[in-house]
Amino acid sequence: MNEIVPTVASAEIARPAGWRGFVADWSSDQKAFRNVSWGKAMMWVFLLSDTFIFGSFLIGYMTVRMSTVVPWPNPSEVFALEIAGHHLPLILIAIMTFVLISSSGTMAMAVNFGYRRDRRKTAILMLATALLGATFVGMQAFEWSKLIAEGVRPWGNPWGAEQFGASFFMITGFHGTHVTIGVIFLLIIARKVWRGDFDRERRGFFTSRKGNYEIVEITGLYWHFVDLVWVFIFALFYLW
Amino acid sequence: MSGTTSTAVAQTAPQGETQHHPIRLYLVVWGWLFILSTCSYLVDYFGLVGYLRWSLILIFMMAKAGLIVAVFMHMAWERLALAYAILLPPLALLVFVGIMVFESHYTLFSRLAFFAPGS
Repeated sequence: MNEIVPTVASAEIARPAGWRGFVADWSSDQKAFRNVSWGKAMMWVFLLSDTFIFGSFLIGYMTVRMSTVVPWPNPSEVFALEIAGHHLPLILIAIMTFVLISSSGTMAMAVNFGYRRDRRKTAILMLATALLGATFVGMQAFEWSKLIAEGVRPWGNPWGAEQFGASFFMITGFHGTHVTIGVIFLLIIARKVWRGDFDRERRGFFTSRKGNYEIVEITGLYWHFVDLVWVFIFALFYLW
Repeated sequence: MSGTTSTAVAQTAPQGETQHHPIRLYLVVWGWLFILSTCSYLVDYFGLVGYLRWSLILIFMMAKAGLIVAVFMHMAWERLALAYAILLPPLALLVFVGIMVFESHYTLFSRLAFFAPGS
């Protein structure tokens, strides 16, 4: 413990910025992530690993789509809906995109109010985020039931290449699972914020550590990542 | 001990420059994300095809991803040591894409050459 103290103290001295800072932070056998707590760094590392998981899924989808001799079903038509007599291509997916982006907006503001120690606004914005996330999952459930009713299966569908169903269910299913976990995570943290755990330094149930408002930002990182993945799925699966 | 931790937190809280942005910044980014999403939806709505479609889809995708990572996830205000540690490794996926494009062409070629009905 004593050996660590000088290192932490020296961190208070202004660090060089830019490339010099990058080299200085990574060299000399020290803590590389200077002003980032372990919780935030670990969430980033987890998100990096998740990037590779979704990246592999999307690459798998690309591979089956490029190598099939049967035409790929046109997503624009598959996901079209009739609303008030109008035939709108991809409309449900567009609404889902706007819902998820809005949830990212409320989350970003929740993080901001968290650091301002505005307990009430932080909790309300997190609950709004969770609500929008749950709406997204609900719309996805609707989309899945509609497609299943129309005969889409992981091994076939009425419109073309059989790999369509497998790619669709795997990619959107995995993403929907992430959103669901995010909603649960948000509700847990929002409850802690609401109760004032981070103002009164109440010890956590599981770790018995005292939390602080940084957990709101860490939750936010996960939530924005879920939105980020949807950006790629929307572009590469639905629009391509 | 609790006294030292709370002062440590109090010291670090204002230090991270990321934490006191005006709410306006997030609303502006939110607006831009809406505009960009609308644009990418319109690409499909107007039925653009070919290279125009693909380039527009990819441009809007990268613009949205960039805004989310840079502003919402605060990456723009992190030190380069973290930014490069997180943002550079995914570039390996591009190599993976290249490998699988090559592989898909080969699979498609063998399917057409050896498994096409009537050949």
